[in-house]
Amino acid sequence: MGARIRHGVNLTATVLAALTLVVVLIPLASILVTAFQRGEAALTSPGFFTESPANPCSPRAGTVCHYGGIAPALDGTLALVGLAALISVPIGLAAAIFVVEYGRDRPSARLITASADVLSGVPSIVAGLFIYTYMAANYPQIVFSALSGSLALSVLMIPIVTRTAEEALRTVPNSQREAAEALGITKWKATLRITLGAALPGIVTGVLLSVARAAGEAAPLLLTAFGNNLGFQGFTQPSDAIPLLVYDFATSPYQNWIALAWGAALTLIVIVLGLSILSRLVLARMARRLRGSA
Amino acid sequence: MDATKMAAVGLSASYGRGPAITDINLEFGPNSATAIIGPSGCGKSTFIRCLNRMHETAPRATVTGKVFLDGEDIYEQDPTAVRRRIGMVFQRPNPFATMTIFDNVAAALRFNGRHSREETDKIVYESLQAAALWEEVKDHLFAGATSLSGGQQQRLCIARALAAQPEVLLMDEPCSALDPISTAKVEDLIFTLKRTYTVIIVTHNMQQAARVADRTAFFYLGKLIEVNDTKEIFERPKEKLTEGYVSGRFG
Ligand SMILES: Nc1ncnc2c1ncn2[C@@H]1O[C@H](COP(=O)(O)OP(=O)(O)O)[C@@H](O)[C@H]1O
Ligand SMILES: [Mg+2]
Repeated sequence: MGARIRHGVNLTATVLAALTLVVVLIPLASILVTAFQRGEAALTSPGFFTESPANPCSPRAGTVCHYGGIAPALDGTLALVGLAALISVPIGLAAAIFVVEYGRDRPSARLITASADVLSGVPSIVAGLFIYTYMAANYPQIVFSALSGSLALSVLMIPIVTRTAEEALRTVPNSQREAAEALGITKWKATLRITLGAALPGIVTGVLLSVARAAGEAAPLLLTAFGNNLGFQGFTQPSDAIPLLVYDFATSPYQNWIALAWGAALTLIVIVLGLSILSRLVLARMARRLRGSA
Repeated sequence: MDATKMAAVGLSASYGRGPAITDINLEFGPNSATAIIGPSGCGKSTFIRCLNRMHETAPRATVTGKVFLDGEDIYEQDPTAVRRRIGMVFQRPNPFATMTIFDNVAAALRFNGRHSREETDKIVYESLQAAALWEEVKDHLFAGATSLSGGQQQRLCIARALAAQPEVLLMDEPCSALDPISTAKVEDLIFTLKRTYTVIIVTHNMQQAARVADRTAFFYLGKLIEVNDTKEIFERPKEKLTEGYVSGRFG
């Protein structure tokens, strides 16, 4: 009797779990399929990753539309996100190390954690607006530049890096710190070469997640990197980016540009998906590595 | 006891509330092993963690009194310098999880000073020998430290402490997480180590104290009740409390 009820509960749970999986997977699959179908023509044209977009064109009788590629936007995204990572990883890491390794219960440490939490909830357009206002007031010549864009992306990335690095450092067992301390290893050496080493997979995960987030954002770039048709022209010049290209081209009336937008969107999805899968693999590896030691 | 390597004088410590140990006076001779025994919670760990200034790393911890090493108060010195002279082995093996066996043993050499490769290799070899682990790991020195069994990990931690070339070795219940065979190995090891080092070992296993220690100190409720040659403590204790504990009436 009891067993039968338990069996029933089990079955219900399994069915519910399967349903949830389907509900989650359907949107993901349909996004991928739609992006591929609509972008296929552009994606499969040679030079998708190496050429600039072709001139606008909608097929009429007797004309053939060229697509070109998304090379400028791809370059721009790499440069924008690369610089943003160079800015936010050291800052986020330093904040996390201060909070976890040196902060103890200090109010300043709690303040950092709380600010990172608040900052991670700030809408991305506001991050762009903030940098736009700041640059306009202080460096008006380069308001619309790759540098501004990277700064705006950093505002989004810093809290992600900080919070995930904090979590990663907290998962390092205290016995590891004690072992180092008891050997007379100085705190900063132990932190840099033992604690950080043990937390590295978690930190890498956080960095990858923050990169994935930044790579997909258009809103903070609208008022900063601004976009151009030439791609990355140096950090003091406006720069294109994949999300900006998607935004511009998808709203245009030209069929070849719309196809490019879908192709670019799929590229973006694959990058972001790849990064988050990579981060899960890294995290799983960390769990394996630390198992068996208290 | 002819000479004193280390001595606690009027040592008290707390974790912010009431005292965990009160007014401990205890001397340790060179080349000998002293066992600290007593029921759990009586302050054994707190006491030996005061001896290498690890106690003060706990939140709200306080220490008063003095601890002399070769006649000088360690509380007047730089704590990291003190810890390099006084090794510690913990209750649960805690090898550096992300490092190889070799790197664990070499850690103190690499982080605390400059040593040539040859020197490092030599000290790692000698330390693993001294910790009776060399034969078991010599063919996979560059495997991860966590690939070892618990008993091997604990001997690795002993080797790691020895590689720092300390003068005193503190061991906090080093066998409590080990199986009987590993325990026997570590006990044999302590027996050898005390020829070279001042060994201070916390244990709640009285047979272990009787086997390895020259002197034994009995702690109860944060106080040192009695200290004497091990044989005396077990056969002719002077205090009623000691007698009650060693005869197994409480603890
Ligand atoms: N980190 C800590 N914070 C607060 N109290 C502690 C801490 N560690 C130990 N104590 C307390 O100090 C007393 C002595 O503990 P301890 O030295 O660990 O005893 P033993 O090693 O003899 O079992 C106990 O009452 C214990 O509850
Ligand atoms: Mg203890």
